[in-house]
Amino acid sequence: MSKPIVATTSLAGCFGCHMSLLDIDERILDLIELVEFNKSPIDDIKTFTKQCDIGIIEGGCCNSENVHVLKEFRKNCKILVSVGECAIMGGLPAMRNNNAPISECLEEAYLNCVSVQANDEKIIPNDEELPMILDRVYPCHEIVKIDYFLPGCAPRADLIWNALVALVTGNEMDLPYEVIKFD
Amino acid sequence: MGDTQTRKSEFSNHEKCSCNCNDLSAILARYDNDPTRLMDILIEVQTQCGCVSDEAVKVIAKAINYSSVDVEQTLSFYHFLSQTPTGKYAVYLNDSAVAEMMGREEIAKTFEKEVGCKFGTVSEDGKIGLFNTSCIGMNDQEPSAIINQRVFTKLTKAKVAKIVNGMKNNLDIEDLIGTEVQSNILKQGPILTKDTEIGEAIKKAISMRPEDVIEEIRQSNLRGRGGAGFPTAMKWRFCREAVGEKHYVFCNADEGEPGTFKDRVILTERPQLLFAGMTIAGYAIGSDEGILYLRYEYKYMEEYLEEILSNMRKEGLLGNDVVGEKGFNFDIRIQFGGGAYICGEESALLESAEGKRGEPRDRPPFPVVKGYLQQPTAVNNVETLCSVAKIMHKGAKWYRSLGTFDSTGSKLISVSGDCEKPGVYEIEWGFSVNDVLKMVGAKDVQAVQVGGPSGNCVAPNEFERKLAYEDLSTGGSLIVIGKKRDLLKDIVLNFTEFFIEESCGSCVPCRAMTSQYKNKLEKIIRGNGVAEDIDQMLAWENVMISNRCGLGQTAANPILSTIKNFRELYEKKINKDTNFVSEFNLDAAVQESCKTANRIPNLGGAHE
Repeated sequence: MSKPIVATTSLAGCFGCHMSLLDIDERILDLIELVEFNKSPIDDIKTFTKQCDIGIIEGGCCNSENVHVLKEFRKNCKILVSVGECAIMGGLPAMRNNNAPISECLEEAYLNCVSVQANDEKIIPNDEELPMILDRVYPCHEIVKIDYFLPGCAPRADLIWNALVALVTGNEMDLPYEVIKFD
Repeated sequence: MGDTQTRKSEFSNHEKCSCNCNDLSAILARYDNDPTRLMDILIEVQTQCGCVSDEAVKVIAKAINYSSVDVEQTLSFYHFLSQTPTGKYAVYLNDSAVAEMMGREEIAKTFEKEVGCKFGTVSEDGKIGLFNTSCIGMNDQEPSAIINQRVFTKLTKAKVAKIVNGMKNNLDIEDLIGTEVQSNILKQGPILTKDTEIGEAIKKAISMRPEDVIEEIRQSNLRGRGGAGFPTAMKWRFCREAVGEKHYVFCNADEGEPGTFKDRVILTERPQLLFAGMTIAGYAIGSDEGILYLRYEYKYMEEYLEEILSNMRKEGLLGNDVVGEKGFNFDIRIQFGGGAYICGEESALLESAEGKRGEPRDRPPFPVVKGYLQQPTAVNNVETLCSVAKIMHKGAKWYRSLGTFDSTGSKLISVSGDCEKPGVYEIEWGFSVNDVLKMVGAKDVQAVQVGGPSGNCVAPNEFERKLAYEDLSTGGSLIVIGKKRDLLKDIVLNFTEFFIEESCGSCVPCRAMTSQYKNKLEKIIRGNGVAEDIDQMLAWENVMISNRCGLGQTAANPILSTIKNFRELYEKKINKDTNFVSEFNLDAAVQESCKTANRIPNLGGAHE
């Protein structure tokens, strides 16, 4: 039987959840025995080359590119897992959702902030190649169907490992208190 | 109450109000600069100035030796207290579900048109402010509004035009149009029947030992009428036995459960009976001070009730040596709230009476041990205390002969909504919902909301159930919902918004999940729900239980009880052929940022 195929991505996140995945230490060798990676920063495959079984999503959606990638994942993966605070609730990037319109946010960042220097032409980045910023930061499950959620900032390596092993083996997930306590 | 400001004027906080806020010395002197009387101080300043400005906060804080922030803590909690000007005339229009059913929307539009400003704002000349408010206890005569503490009922477009015209011409509030609050007692039972001589009831109690008074109440099997149904005698015994410098009797007249208005009717029609009940409670637990905590919405009764109290003092029914009994002193004062549903919860009520935010306390210790000012306190509902006076007069045996075995006596119910005869009915416990519907002339009934939003939405197949603690328990609110109503949109959504507005914000599930519930419900109403949405809302019940008080624990009841009893209404609206519907719209989501950055949205690849 061929190995299950896993894809991962970081949207509006900080790569902390991916770092946490790497915290499984030497089990990464077991992981490679267990699954094959496709599109993922881990193996640097940029586009899907085949249908995957599991898609791991870090980060929420703050721009049009995030939305595009997320929809690609939904199309190419049987199961999607939101990993971490940002994917599940928007997280730190969603602080900009607090009542202030995105226009105010952009103006503060690029025009008005005391640290803004040398923007004499008063330009807010608008190159066609740039993704377009969304009016607010969205959690992934508001945009596509998400099958599982792994909370934490970042979720502990053991939580990600246990969940992945459960998904791949079809066994019940091992959820001891230690892996879901956050302080 | 976190978003109080959005419901109030958008005036800048720096705008000075017209009065001289610095001169609050008379008010402060009246309350002896006592921080525990902060509610009274704030209410008086609000009444005098139309707001409690930043300057006023500083003056008050200095006088009572608080920090300004501590004063603001209390001030910002209550929605009839405002940090910004509310206008010379502040109109608070009820936005409860029944008000909506009775045509509130058209009245609101008329107000906006006549005054020339939107709800939540003050007219440009600063004269008239328009605000929404939760149920004001007038469900049998909606649409209704409170203007400068006066209540205007059964509003019509013509009445509104006349009121606004009067306000524009600076008429006294009494001269706008006649204010008429009707009592609408449509069925009298043992409590409302005027057959008890107040003095006799008090004398009877005083002729017994306090322990025997409590025993008599125990024999009657009287249980609290506020909704929870705690045995009154047990509460009093605990309170009597608790050690403290002083014991207090509180009457909970914060009647805030939407659809309840029977306490208003008792306070209007039988206030002496209530005050006698408080006196008897005082004798039983060993207290010489009673406090009637009255909701701000009933401020219009203040003069009337003060006069009743003063007459009772003259007649020797209150004060020193009550009914001539040497050494038994008991007097009553009225403490007003500031507009907060949560203050109907007894520990929040005590916090509020002490001049603080109305946030429920952790229990234990219970109020009977550490209540008002940390002293033993018995908090009883208006109706409970009236029953006490009746039981003293006519005996426990008589009382036990009424009602059912587990629910003795009678119950005042407030009936409103789609029926011919809304009003107050006093029935014996054990009447079925059907009995009540017949009495009130209700036809084509889709559902009956028993016990207000925190209660139970009952379907016709359960109309034979009995109103009793052991079956359908209720604090007294019955809202009849006709077949023509959209139950989810007209009722459940309104109730859910009510809880969002009235959550004190202390517990996360109550503060956050109520909004999550609303989002889900609206998604379903828009036709974008899926089966999982219903399942999730049911599953969240486990989280709501962890809230500290009854408000939070029942805040999801409007949705949970309708999923249970009217599941087909939800099923009809959800999508059956998919397990996911996204309401996200990429085109709309990028519009504003592109406009700000001066670029044309290019969604070519991102759409797929």
